[in-house]
Parts: sequence; structure tokens; C-alpha cells
Amino acid sequence: MLPYGQGRSYGDSCLNDGGKLLRTAGLDRFISFDAESGSLRCEAGVTLGEILRLLVPRGFFVPVVPGTKHVSVGGAIANDIHGKNHHRAGSFGAHVRKLELLRSDGEAQELGPDDQLFQATVGGLGLTGLITWAEIALRRIPVAAVRMEAIPFAGMDEFLSLSEESDAEFEYTVAWVDVLSRSQRGVFFRGDHAAGAIHAPRGQAAVPLDVPAVNALTVRVFNAAYYAAQKLAGRSRLQHWDPFFFPLDGVAHWNRLYGRRGLLQFQCVVPTPEALRALLSEAPPSPLTVLKRFGPARSPGMLSFPRPGFTFALDLPNRGEETFAQLARLEALAMEAGGAIYPAKDARMSAETFARSFPRLGEFSAHLDPAFSSSFWRRVHR
Amino acid sequence: MRIVVLGATSAIAQAAARIWAERGEELLLVGRDPQKLEAVAADLRTRGGTVETVVHDLDRDQAGLVGRVGAPDVVLLAQGVFGDASRRDRDPEYAESILRTNLISPVRLLTLLAPALPPGSCIAALSSVAGDRGRARVGVYGASKAGLDSFLSALRQRLQGSGVRVLALKPGFVDTPMTASLPKTPLFASAAQVGRGIVRAVDMGRDAVVYLPWWWRLIMLAVKALPEGVFKRLKF
Repeated sequence: MLPYGQGRSYGDSCLNDGGKLLRTAGLDRFISFDAESGSLRCEAGVTLGEILRLLVPRGFFVPVVPGTKHVSVGGAIANDIHGKNHHRAGSFGAHVRKLELLRSDGEAQELGPDDQLFQATVGGLGLTGLITWAEIALRRIPVAAVRMEAIPFAGMDEFLSLSEESDAEFEYTVAWVDVLSRSQRGVFFRGDHAAGAIHAPRGQAAVPLDVPAVNALTVRVFNAAYYAAQKLAGRSRLQHWDPFFFPLDGVAHWNRLYGRRGLLQFQCVVPTPEALRALLSEAPPSPLTVLKRFGPARSPGMLSFPRPGFTFALDLPNRGEETFAQLARLEALAMEAGGAIYPAKDARMSAETFARSFPRLGEFSAHLDPAFSSSFWRRVHR
Repeated sequence: MRIVVLGATSAIAQAAARIWAERGEELLLVGRDPQKLEAVAADLRTRGGTVETVVHDLDRDQAGLVGRVGAPDVVLLAQGVFGDASRRDRDPEYAESILRTNLISPVRLLTLLAPALPPGSCIAALSSVAGDRGRARVGVYGASKAGLDSFLSALRQRLQGSGVRVLALKPGFVDTPMTASLPKTPLFASAAQVGRGIVRAVDMGRDAVVYLPWWWRLIMLAVKALPEGVFKRLKF
């Protein structure tokens, strides 16, 4: 069996072909919130969006958020997710004070950061048992606004110096890059929680059906238009937190733009700027290529993905063999550079790559729950 | 508002109670299982509600509870069991226990409670579309809901002019633990969706039968219109 939260992992790490899934959607109760310390205890199926909906009005924010708010707390822990503030806050697991793990022998254990089993469970891809509840340290924020800046850049040198300068001054930093442009131009986003009146966005666009709209031509057009639009919108803006952190949540079923065969995601981390340049020069056309420099924080999990270096993510329409070959090339480059591939976004890495990405794999394996498994695990574990 | 939730651990009752809790209402939760009840209460408190709990077996005793609920503005009656089909259709004791929870207990309770309710208050009882026509698949569950619908209709008429409203809430298929064993079709609504519908119906001052989502009214009109000769041969 395998715990299944919101199913937002891109690959097969949240799937269990031929086995059972334990849906945690019903574990959606809050347990307690202490407004003095910002400590929130809730069941594992509660989504980050639900926490934000309830607690942003009371002046609190989730310490680490990914690109979508539709993920469960259990999933956030199991993948030890990271956000645009990794350079400041580290990964999600660093903010978990306690969790309860239910093992298949029926025993429920309350674990804290010093426990080996806790360190196996954070980033443990649901393979150590079922997280039933967790206690997370939330952070205080002034109001629901984010003061953000969007700075167009031309080329990697500019990206690197912007990272250097911005990570020191801003809580949230991330860059979008147009891999089709020869110069590797892009837009650098940086922001901070800010005071200021701001209205929540109203309404939601939706993609009604599968339209294979993403191809080399549309990506070219989209990238040029996006770059121009960001330039026009002006450098500094006050934005509501929701569209700042979760732009794609504003478009329901955006994945349908990739057609019936869907998309494949790829994300890796490499230690050096040189390795990042090499990856970018090989990157196939993608409307969503994102870069971020990870901070120095040591991740709490044995299989945590975030580590010092540069992380790079892209979406590709799934064209079968062709796409897999492109991904294999990127994987080889990341491995050459001594990097790692992110399981939550992987559909094809080899067992060897997995072992090289996660040096503590042997240590982790000792903590597996014998009744738990996943499609991903059976694929990458020798 | 003061709201009493009977069968407070029901997924649909929880969904409605969450909306009320986030508005800061005062809730009294009644249920059988102390552990589950406490989990629901903690959730609602965290969301901003003022919450008290009463551990009480509504199947066994109704009179004892009436004295403890005071004069609420809203009574949400949500105790109910679906029953397991293989036992339901063979074991008379088991069939009776479903009737006791879904029909006898609400009837006894409302008989005692209705006269004690202040003008302006509202009884909102969870029934089901299953009460509209007996289908093989719902068996005695449908019968219990048909009985409840009929009783609520009578009560609504009896309380006209007293200022007490009687809402019969009739959800269709809802994705809850009650329907865990059923394959999910596009007809399924989420508990949260049905919860919103319940709160809206109470807010709007409805005093009638409310289908949740609303289009079940049309589906059930068609189902009820089928001649028995046709209906009995159908497999749905």
C-alpha cells in the first residue's frame, strides 16, 4: 500500500500500480493552533491551501510553499518540498516539529526531528508508513500582499548576479528562463510579504478539454509574449499572495494544454553554475523553465532533494520515446555534474541515478515499512 | 447562532459545521464515539467555533438529550447509516437497526424536541434521494429515508405558523465514508459541496425539501415518473 494525498506529484512516486492506495483526503481535520507560537497541528490530508485560507486572515503563512496550494501536508513532508524561499527557510521538513507515523504493524509512533524514523519519513515518499498528523511551525506575516519585482535579464551571468544580490535581500526568489532564446534571456522574480491593501483575485480560468497546444511554435510565441508582458507590467508591483505563489492554480486543468498524453516534468539540482549552463544549452523547448539557487540549509530527510546548488525544472509535452531521450540526456548531464534528480517530478530515472542522487539511500532502506511500496520504488530500487 | 449537530461525525455534517465554525457560531456536537467526536470538536474549535460536545447514543435514548440541548437556533439532524447490502437484505435484526438509527431515532427525537423549539429556529434533517423510490441497491435504507421524508413533511405542515422551519435535505451521491465501497461516477458531489448547500438553505430561510445539488430534483422526477412495470426491470 501507499499513502495518496492530492496526487500532485508529477511521476509515479504517488502511484502504486497493482497495489492499494490509502487516500488521505478524509484526514482533513485541524487539531490545534497556538497563535502565540504559530504552531499548527493538523491531520496529514489537510491541504496547504486550506491552511492558508484559514490562517492568512489571522496573520500567518505556511513557511514553505510549492508552486501549487493543492498539496497535502503529508505529501509536503513525504517529498520534503521546497519553495521560492529555500535560501532563507530551507525545505518544508525543517518546519515540522512533530509527526505521528502509523506503521503497518498497527503501531503509531510520535516522532520528532531527532528520531531516525522521522528523518527517513521526511522526504521518504510515503514508504515508511502513513503520516496521520503533523505539527508545523507557521510564520507571521503582515497582510495578504506580496511586494514583488520582475526583472528581465539577458543570459546566465545576469541571472547569477541577480541571484547573489536578491537572495541576500529578498525572502522569495525564482527565475523563469526562455530556453529558446539564444541569449537565454528570462525574468527574475523576487518578493517579500508586505503591508498594503490588496484584493483577492476573483474567478478562475479553466481549460475545458484536452487541447494539445504546447509545441515548439507555441512555446516560442508564448515565451516571447510572456517576456514582453513581464517587461511591460513594470518592475515593482504589489500582488496578492495567491497569484504570486500559485499562478497556475488560477487555471484549472492547465495540464490539458499538453493534450491527451499529458506532460513530463523534469527537475534536477546541480552544484555549479557551469553545470547549469550546460543543462540549459541542452534544454528542449518548454514554456515553463524555472531556475532557482538553493540555499545552504541542510535538508532534514535522508532522501531530501534540496541541497546547495542550482535547481532547474521544466515541463515537456509527452511525445513518448523522443521526450524520454531528451530527459535521458538531461539526466546524464546532471549526473556528470554530481547533481540529483527530484523523485516527485520523475517518470524515468534509472536505479543507478537514484542511488547516485541520494547517498543516504542505504540508511533509508532500513526504515521502510514492509507493507508499503510504490510504482516509483519498484522502478528505482534494485 | 446556537447550532446543535446530531450525528456530528458524519462527513456531511462536518462539512456544514466547518462553515458555521469559521463564522464563529456556537456549536453543540452530539455523537456516540467520544474519540471521533473530540477530533471533530478540535477541528471546529481551530476553525474559530465555540464548541461543546455531548457523548450520547441517539439510538437508545432521545428524551435524555432533549433536556441538554436548550433552545437552539438550528438543529442539524445527521445521524444515519447506510448499512452493508449483503446483511441488509438477509438479516431482519440488522434491517431493523438501520430503521432504528435512520427513522425511529429522528422521529422520537423530533417529537420531543419540536414543541421546545423557539420561533425562528430551524430543523434541518439529512434525508436522501434514496427515499424517493425504493431501489434494490438501497433496500431498507431507502425505506428509512422515505419514512423520514414523510414525517418531516407532516411536521412542516404541523409547525406552520409557529415560526419553526423544517428543512428536508436530500443529497444525491456524495463521496463520504458511507459510500466508500461504491465506484465514483460524475454524479458524485463532495461533502464540502453538500455542506455549502445545507448552510445556504438554512441561511435563505427555506422551509421545504432541498435537493443537493439542485439537479437531483430533476433526476428524481424522472425516476419517480417511470411506470412500475418498467422500473422493476431496471438494474440501477
